[in-house]
Amino acid sequence: MTRLLEPPAPSEVSAPFWDATREQRLVLPWSTATGLPMWYPREVDPADPDAAIEWREAAGAGTVYAFSVHHRPGPGRDEADGLYVVALIELAEGVRMMSNVVGCEPDDVTVGMPVRVAWHPLPDGRHLPQFTPA
Amino acid sequence: MTERTLRGAAALVGVADDASPTGELDRGGRALEMAMIRQALDDAGLTLDDVDGVCHAGSPAALAEFLGIQPRYLDGTMVGGSSFELYVEHAAAAIAAGLCDVVVGVYAATPRRDRHRPGGGGGFRGRPPGGMTPQLEWELPYGLRMPMGAYALAASRHMAMYGTTAEQLARIAVDTRAWAAFNPKARYRDPITIDDVLASPMVVSPLHLLDCCLVTDGAGAFVLASAARARDLAKPPVYVLGAATGGTHQMISQMPDLTVTGGAVSGPAAFRMAGIKPDDVDLLMGYDSFTITALLHLEDLGFCAKGEGGAFVEDGKLGPGGSGLAMNTNGGGLSFTHPGMYGMFLLVEAVRQLRGETGERQLAKHDLAVAHGSGGVLSTMGTIVLGTEATL
Repeated sequence: MTRLLEPPAPSEVSAPFWDATREQRLVLPWSTATGLPMWYPREVDPADPDAAIEWREAAGAGTVYAFSVHHRPGPGRDEADGLYVVALIELAEGVRMMSNVVGCEPDDVTVGMPVRVAWHPLPDGRHLPQFTPA
Repeated sequence: MTERTLRGAAALVGVADDASPTGELDRGGRALEMAMIRQALDDAGLTLDDVDGVCHAGSPAALAEFLGIQPRYLDGTMVGGSSFELYVEHAAAAIAAGLCDVVVGVYAATPRRDRHRPGGGGGFRGRPPGGMTPQLEWELPYGLRMPMGAYALAASRHMAMYGTTAEQLARIAVDTRAWAAFNPKARYRDPITIDDVLASPMVVSPLHLLDCCLVTDGAGAFVLASAARARDLAKPPVYVLGAATGGTHQMISQMPDLTVTGGAVSGPAAFRMAGIKPDDVDLLMGYDSFTITALLHLEDLGFCAKGEGGAFVEDGKLGPGGSGLAMNTNGGGLSFTHPGMYGMFLLVEAVRQLRGETGERQLAKHDLAVAHGSGGVLSTMGTIVLGTEATL
């Protein structure tokens, strides 16, 4: 299996997200000021720096917004790993996150394709959220 | 906010650039920057003693100190490749406000020369650069190859939304190469075909190697002066008629719509200030980091409607021999040079075309040019409308 470029150790801001991934739960920060989720996690809510940020569990469902089959490797990848798909996923909650589409042939990925979260284990017990055809 | 009125307040009066068909220059750093500044000042008929403003993406203070001048205007804006368009906008505003009179901007980067020097090389591949914390956490663990992966995502979205084809994107590379044939300093001058582009190795789908800009050494400088000062210098002034910026994001995953850049804001704003329509423009120097980048500029600046960029370019009208708008007559970042931040070269070519100094590639009609820079990953757009005295 590909040895990924591991995300850095969680910050105070991102710890709730990464902690949830240990249990393979996808959580998003929600603005109590706007009532909307935000991505990525921020130190404060840009809509109101005094408003609380709530972490809520996401459905783990989304669609492919855009994707690129990487024939040349990016960070943490190697030529030997072969082709892989980097994609922007639009989650059902309305935010868009960078991820990978796995569990299908790269050529089968299309924009608009429904996907659901799949978990790639990291050496420290966290999981990286990837997506697989729904 | 009141409408800004920079129109005609300042003019580009001197330019210089350097690049080589080998892709490599034999000097770098301050020596190269100094050579560019000297050439641009000579071009204008000015000296360092006339300069009271400096722009530099590293440290304008360090540059001024090296030059031995004490400027009253410094701009260290660093938003990537469009920084130079932003320098012209900011400096024109500063000149209009009476803050300074003669501003120099310079750029030099020698990624190829640096490869065989101690401590040189590197780049994005392998280890990500520092200072990119959100990206390190939220983008790079997925193996996004930077910077081309970001543009590949935009191209993927554009194709899915509008049916844009790989052939249409390739056409931009083909026409740009045809222009490069007329630039003796261009890295690549041999003609290519759409099939050549499609047969070049896929890097990050849907972008092939020939959809991607070069990595070459290059350098350039500009001198911007007040209109009053510009009138009696060595060369005909090239006036700044319009200037505007549009920023949308830093990381590609935060771009609101991957098919619409900040050019949709900066372009119309700059054109409005200049009092022109897209049809009036003779030359678009549109930052072509990738073929998709140039295609998005054509749509966002209003040369064609959103989604119609592919159909707009496919007849080859932007290449040599076309009538009306020409694009990237120096051979662009795709075939001339791309040292990392290409925005300087957009300005230099626009000025030379408007002056009628470009030899074999000279456009017959050369009154109005647009230098449109893209910085980051389609993140920060800077549009500068330039015109000859006749357009004032």
